[in-house]
Amino acid sequence: MLGSVRSAYARGEDDMIRITRKLEFSAAHFYHNPDFSAEENRRIFGKCNNPHGHGHNYVLEVTVAGEPDPTTGMVLDLKELKELLQREVADRMDHRHLNYEVPELAGKIPTCENIALVIWNLLEPKITRGKLDRVRLYESNDLFADCTAGHANGNRA
Amino acid sequence: MTASPRISLTRRYRFAASHRLHCSTLSPEENRRLYDKCNNPYGHGHNYVLEVTVSGLVDQQTGMIANLGELDPFVEREVIEPFDQRYLNEEVPNFRDNVPTTENLCREVYRRLKSFPSARLERVRIEETSKNSFEFAGDTEMPDAHRQ
Repeated sequence: MLGSVRSAYARGEDDMIRITRKLEFSAAHFYHNPDFSAEENRRIFGKCNNPHGHGHNYVLEVTVAGEPDPTTGMVLDLKELKELLQREVADRMDHRHLNYEVPELAGKIPTCENIALVIWNLLEPKITRGKLDRVRLYESNDLFADCTAGHANGNRA
Repeated sequence: MTASPRISLTRRYRFAASHRLHCSTLSPEENRRLYDKCNNPYGHGHNYVLEVTVSGLVDQQTGMIANLGELDPFVEREVIEPFDQRYLNEEVPNFRDNVPTTENLCREVYRRLKSFPSARLERVRIEETSKNSFEFAGDTEMPDAHRQ
């Protein structure tokens, strides 16, 4: 959390307010690349290559940055953000198999990095008040991916 | 279509270690005043939580910035094994002359991890307790040649 504050100041956007909404969803996945041999898949992906799949309780934190509207005092209506997350993320991914049931992940390995990028690309054009600042996706307490605005480093989702 | 976001991956690790905050150039009285309970000559310990953040391109073949199959053993070898269940002041060479505050611990961990070959080390963050945390992101302004 401290990291986001530090980098926000470094970007010179300290007049912005950041609001974060959380969403939890549970999904199954496994890692397998058809371009690799069975042996390579096992070596590179380890236990995650189990073809029966396994699952996680994902925790998503979505941060929007902006200036509060002088009348409402809000950057955006949290109810709208909650509904957007439900529609774009939970309805697509909750209690689904990410390898088979999420078209945006077709042909991609459903790693934490790729899921976070897909979520960024789903949400970013739909946030019209404030700007999407960060998507943080926890696969477990001890592993998470962050997508942050700007400083593009050439990734494609 | 807007620019792609920057992406990073963060992994959390744990180690338990003892330390004592004491500066040899200060008097015993100054040490006691400055470090208070942390100056206890017998030392004390913490359950440290280490967050390691790496960034880079997501490999299209694996979907990964860094394979945990490489990152975990690297962090285990460079940091967890030499620090876990140790007395930092005596058993980590750099702390024989440097006070093992968590600020200095962040720098030491960063120094040990920055050679990770498969992705760029973005940041280390250490929770000394659930109430105190410290971060070090290196000095990205400095050219490599001038780094320590």
